[in-house]
Amino acid sequence: MSTLVKIPAAETPNYLTEGRGIRSWLLTTDHKRIALLYLASVTVFFFIGGIFALLMRLELVTPASDLVSPHTYNELFSMHGIIMVWFFLIPSIPNTLGNFLIPMMIGAKDLAYPKINLASWYVFMLGGTITLYSMFRGGVDTGWTFYTPFSTIYSNTYVVGAALGIFVSGFASIMTGLNFIVTIHNMRAPGMTWFRLPLFIWSHYATSIIFVLATPVLAVTLLMVAVERIFQVGIFSSELGGDPVLFQHMFWFYSHPAVYIMVLPGMAVVSELVAAFSRKTIFGYTFVAFASVSIAVIGFLVWGHHMFVAGTSIYAAMYFSLLSYVVAVPSAIKVFNWTATVYKGSISWDTPMLYAIGFIGLFTIGGMTGLFLAALGIDVHVTDTYFVVAHFHYIMVGGTIMAFLGGIHYWWPKISGRMYPEGISKLSALTVFLGFNLTFFPQFVLGYLGMPRRYAAYPPEFQSLHVLSTAGATILGAGYLMPLIYLFWSWHYGPPAPPNPWRATGLEWQTSSPPPKQNFEITPVVTRKAYDYEGMKDELGLV
Amino acid sequence: MNSLQLLPDTASTFAVQWNWLFWMLVAVCGAVSTAVAVLLIYWTLRYHRKNDNEFPQQIQGNIKVETAWTLIPFILFVGMFAWGAELYFKIEKPPANAREVYVVAKQWMWKLQYTNGQREINTLHVPVGEPIRLVMTSEDAIHSFFIPAFRVKQDVLPARYTTLWFQATKPGKYHLFCAEYCGTKHSGMIGWVYAMEPHEFERWLEQGGAEGSLASTGEKLFHQFGCSNCHHFDSQGRCPVLTNLFGHRVRLLDGRTILADETYIREKILRPRAEPIEGYLDSVMPTFEGQLNEEQLLALIAYIKAIGPAPGTQQPTSSGTSSQSLGQQPGIAGPGATSISGSKPGDR
Repeated sequence: MSTLVKIPAAETPNYLTEGRGIRSWLLTTDHKRIALLYLASVTVFFFIGGIFALLMRLELVTPASDLVSPHTYNELFSMHGIIMVWFFLIPSIPNTLGNFLIPMMIGAKDLAYPKINLASWYVFMLGGTITLYSMFRGGVDTGWTFYTPFSTIYSNTYVVGAALGIFVSGFASIMTGLNFIVTIHNMRAPGMTWFRLPLFIWSHYATSIIFVLATPVLAVTLLMVAVERIFQVGIFSSELGGDPVLFQHMFWFYSHPAVYIMVLPGMAVVSELVAAFSRKTIFGYTFVAFASVSIAVIGFLVWGHHMFVAGTSIYAAMYFSLLSYVVAVPSAIKVFNWTATVYKGSISWDTPMLYAIGFIGLFTIGGMTGLFLAALGIDVHVTDTYFVVAHFHYIMVGGTIMAFLGGIHYWWPKISGRMYPEGISKLSALTVFLGFNLTFFPQFVLGYLGMPRRYAAYPPEFQSLHVLSTAGATILGAGYLMPLIYLFWSWHYGPPAPPNPWRATGLEWQTSSPPPKQNFEITPVVTRKAYDYEGMKDELGLV
Repeated sequence: MNSLQLLPDTASTFAVQWNWLFWMLVAVCGAVSTAVAVLLIYWTLRYHRKNDNEFPQQIQGNIKVETAWTLIPFILFVGMFAWGAELYFKIEKPPANAREVYVVAKQWMWKLQYTNGQREINTLHVPVGEPIRLVMTSEDAIHSFFIPAFRVKQDVLPARYTTLWFQATKPGKYHLFCAEYCGTKHSGMIGWVYAMEPHEFERWLEQGGAEGSLASTGEKLFHQFGCSNCHHFDSQGRCPVLTNLFGHRVRLLDGRTILADETYIREKILRPRAEPIEGYLDSVMPTFEGQLNEEQLLALIAYIKAIGPAPGTQQPTSSGTSSQSLGQQPGIAGPGATSISGSKPGDR
């Protein structure tokens, strides 16, 4: 990509060795170190949320409510949702891989506002701590959706505490989004034009727009929930003169775009993986780039599809249904382009590629079942059932977490300076894929049969499918533990990584592994497009 | 462990149509997903890298291919949208001759009442082959009335009425679930729907209603709460005449007209001065907010329905476009009245 490939000498300190001690980490403004702070934090949140999920799945092995009380079960799914959505999925890829890679991919030394970047991590941790504190003080039982008037009048749990934590962490999202937008606009290296940007950047740019525009609406909504709950000011509760459906509009105006906050960065990663492990430029680069932007824009106009049976007008429902189909088009375009990229490529089956292929498969199923939910008449039956639960887990877990793990493996040599062990990591990718499908595919059938979501106890005819799902969840849990263990191991014992182990394009591969604090010894000058594997071939002298 | 069930009961007219669309979607989406999966796996095997120095010929893209896989999905999607919307219209528009059942939801039970006064809790008996329309409200949080075998679901909201209709096709016992999370015992807010042969249903219905029909309960309340002191049945009272009111459009002081449906009557009882009616600017009606519970309100509504014209000729349509001849008294609009564009909660 760049004409200058300069590898610093081995003894030059890299970002990990430059400055030691806890203080140098807690006061760092280096985007790479902040990315690692985020990585550690979201990993902890992921496993907390995962334990809640595992307890739920154990409860659901039997139809009766026996392992935990119904109230505890309700708290488990609420806390699972809150932790996973706001403290794992939303920050997972943007704040770790995005934070680490955006400056490197555009040839910059850091993000535009390094101190705001560090501040965002503190704000995020403050929000997370408040939420965890409310959870362990007594929990919250409203579901992650906080539907009124249940959340404002009828719930006797720590609603305000949990909402406050989310409210605070929202500022971290806004700071990150703002930082990315300014960085991508202003800090690109000489020659790095918009259409030479890796698709990772385009997707993160789209994500950042949603961060900045949607998060304030969530903040306002949660604030109103707190005001109604504490001061009995009628906003959402009809008893106090408010309208409960208004809450749903406001909540989904944020939370539907938030789904795209969760999946666009996954798409960002997959574009990089498919190109690198096919050694081919992404088929239809501009279509994929603009698909990201159109998803971000149209994603703001579809929130009402969560409310087809909520008591809104049938004409509004038709509008939201049609636009939901429109927003599915760019996602379909992406899937087709990734598939076409593989055609006549040079495909390696390294672990990141396994995750990428897993992503495409699971995201396709998730997206296709979204078409069922967007069909108004079909939605009447399957909404609020396990069909919806399965659908969004295919997108957010099958999609985002597969991409997250694929990305972590792909850039692990760059992040840690070490190679991960290939054999066991292939096994983990396979375990996650199989465990995931066994967990969530039966849930499509459950929802189709009419099993409502958020049920602590259920009629006995649903038991077989629930047992399958729980068996899958155990396998999935094992699949997630494996990378945690071997990646830790490889941090110390893995073989040292060369600067570009994959022979991939991208500026991040043109500097040492791990990179120096300033990323590049000399600011690179970009003369080629992203994914220029012709040029890579020339550089390696393989004509 | 219980046997594995893979197909849901199909026991309503709507459920039959629902199955068709569902399996059509399974076929189309299944075909496309399989094609993507097969190509992806085949190509990754076919073009597997032989050695690390291998770099393939680059393909930038192809505008024709891009256009094709943008337009073809879009056309398919529009088709899915249209079919789904058509189905939705059917389930949102109850037929005029539907039998009404009133539903009051609360944490964590369903209270149901028939027009003849028969009541039940967490069970619903319905005749096969007859459209049933449920008029539902909640006393607390949002609930959702869900009968999987009929493929119908509708959220039940506090302080307003939502409706749900279906026509059972197959006698049997089917699940009734609350589908909107409503607190601790949400998963206990379940019951059964019994679809019965019409003559069995009639026999069942006769058993109850000892306290008289719902409308007669409403009539007692109408006198008990002093409504009859003003609302005379000639035009001499100080208040609008209620005969023939239900299902007609009422002209408001600001010139708009509004359909007198269940939600309207509820609003007028609880907040009579909120939107003044033409001719009754100085409304003297006191508010009954906090004095009537949901069941009493429904009884009053049933009574006001009953004092309209003969049953069956004057059922409201939820679209609010009733074309029957309109009433004479002040406050009830003529045929030229314009409707309020879909903003009223009860207007669906």
